[in-house]
Amino acid sequence: MDAIADESLIVRGSLGARVWQYCRRNPTIVIGALLLLMMLIIALLASHLTPDPMKLNPIKRLRVPGEGMLFGTDMYGRDVFARTLHGSRISLLVGLSAAAVSTLFGLTIGLMAGYNRLFDTIVMRFMDGIMAIPSILLAIALVSLTGASVGIVIVAISIPEIPRVVRLVRSVVLTIREQPYVEAAISVGARLPKILLRHILPNTLAPLIVQATYVCASAMITEAILSFLGAGTPPDIPSWGNVISEGRQYFQRAPWIIFFPGVFLTITVLAVNILGDGLRDGLDPRIARQMR
Amino acid sequence: MFAYVIRRILATIPVMGVVAIFVFLLLHLTPGDPAAVIAGDYASPADVERIRETLGLNRPLHIQFFTWAGRLFQGDLGISIFSKVPVIKLIGQRIEPTLALATTTIFFAVLVAVPLGVLAAWKSGTWIDRSVMIFAVLGFSVPIFIIAYSMIWTLSIHLHWFPVQGYKSFLIQTGTGIDGAAIIGIGFEGVCRDSGRSGCGLVPFFRHITLPSVALGLVYVALIARITRASVMEVLTEDYIRTAHAKGLSSRVVLIRHALKNASVPIVTVIGIGIALLLGGVVVTESVFNIPGLGRLTVDAILHRDYPIIQGLILIFAGVYVLINLLVDISYTFLDPRIRY
Repeated sequence: MDAIADESLIVRGSLGARVWQYCRRNPTIVIGALLLLMMLIIALLASHLTPDPMKLNPIKRLRVPGEGMLFGTDMYGRDVFARTLHGSRISLLVGLSAAAVSTLFGLTIGLMAGYNRLFDTIVMRFMDGIMAIPSILLAIALVSLTGASVGIVIVAISIPEIPRVVRLVRSVVLTIREQPYVEAAISVGARLPKILLRHILPNTLAPLIVQATYVCASAMITEAILSFLGAGTPPDIPSWGNVISEGRQYFQRAPWIIFFPGVFLTITVLAVNILGDGLRDGLDPRIARQMR
Repeated sequence: MFAYVIRRILATIPVMGVVAIFVFLLLHLTPGDPAAVIAGDYASPADVERIRETLGLNRPLHIQFFTWAGRLFQGDLGISIFSKVPVIKLIGQRIEPTLALATTTIFFAVLVAVPLGVLAAWKSGTWIDRSVMIFAVLGFSVPIFIIAYSMIWTLSIHLHWFPVQGYKSFLIQTGTGIDGAAIIGIGFEGVCRDSGRSGCGLVPFFRHITLPSVALGLVYVALIARITRASVMEVLTEDYIRTAHAKGLSSRVVLIRHALKNASVPIVTVIGIGIALLLGGVVVTESVFNIPGLGRLTVDAILHRDYPIIQGLILIFAGVYVLINLLVDISYTFLDPRIRY
């Protein structure tokens, strides 16, 4: 567990003092976490904060932001503020789910590949093949062939991310399995599942959490791109990508339809990336040294 | 060295083999009848049957694969279901704008990112360094289409510096041959080779390609600048850098000839890995800027469920990625003489 033995994480004193010290030493984690928390609250309270995002009001179509409509209206008179706030739900759902799915599968496959040479040879060739296909292309091909739904989008975005997680976990396992404490565990007769779960798995967690944040950020961008290209979540769901895609035709006349969901998407992805960078610096000083 | 190159080339075969199997199985992995999936929701039973016949989907799976793979080796990627044109021909018609966009983007990204990364490493801990790092995080966080629309809004619609959309070829008709056919060449401005209208050449080409290249390149700049900064910073702590300074060499010479040269392996590696990011971004950029390249062809094929085109394009994109990373791996031996295989 040397990976988390970073100075920045070792703080002493009362709980309040420890939290304050931790926040001071890791400002990026705090900024990222707060921004993300804000987006989560917006997503949860969207229905209470705004009117129905699907409500058509042709009389008020293409209203400029501010005229009784904070973010203006779109070509059907729908409230862009309501649609932008509701869009956060899909983005966060897809981002967090894709991170969870790809991490879970990547961790399982990576652990097995790092410990079994035959499995490693076969699986890694397969992973290399998937990594050679641009992730956006693979995701849109999968969605277009299986039909658009939020579940399919999550699966389609997760599949191209799995090889990256597998590679990361495998590299950690290959290093850890040669450590004396693992050899000691083998010599006292510990069984493989116990070695994997008790000695190797904890060492993969720090880089895995960092990787999960990057997968989450990348998944949110990919979801928006898929919806933007017309191969993502169904058009009746107000995701940020869908709202931006619908606003394309009216871009020159009503840029706010694209601008507001775009800003929200950027802030959310930025929050996750900042959080990821902060966690990397705090949890995995080896990678942090390489990136700093 | 030669043995290494051969070994490395051979190593690409299983990767492309896996890509081919995956691409072939893509349709069969989807639930339901593959012919019905391609035909779409409103197709008649006759349409479904026609597609099944055309693609040979009524034959055993392994026969289908070997027939498809056999054709692939002969350069036959199948025929488009929608337009009835051979896929390889469609790709040939659309490849120029994509190649032009990718090439200009790589040039732009490397020319901006490497100096930025070196500068950030040299001025480590200063506001220059922090600005470059903030830019790098932002570059990863702003989706391409948001950057693209922001640039169109300010630079095209308001300032009128660039056209809003479209693509103009750098190839023009430079004359007429004795058989009456047009001679094609590169010139500053002239008549387009296909349409016969004016408005092609290097000047219109750069006016049209600048915004898409910058929009697509920013994420790439962020990636390369970050790695350049990290690897140059690591090299700057080496003893030979101190020696170079002690010899009285100027900072510029130390940075370029000693630090950057020795930091080049990770930089070239990330340029290779980033190609996947670039190729994915091409699809979005071409859609936003209405560029008639392979990215637009991909989106059109996916919306029409034109499976042979999707298969062909995934294979081409994956092939380019594998080829560029092969060249990157081979370049290591030239960049760093210490690397011997």
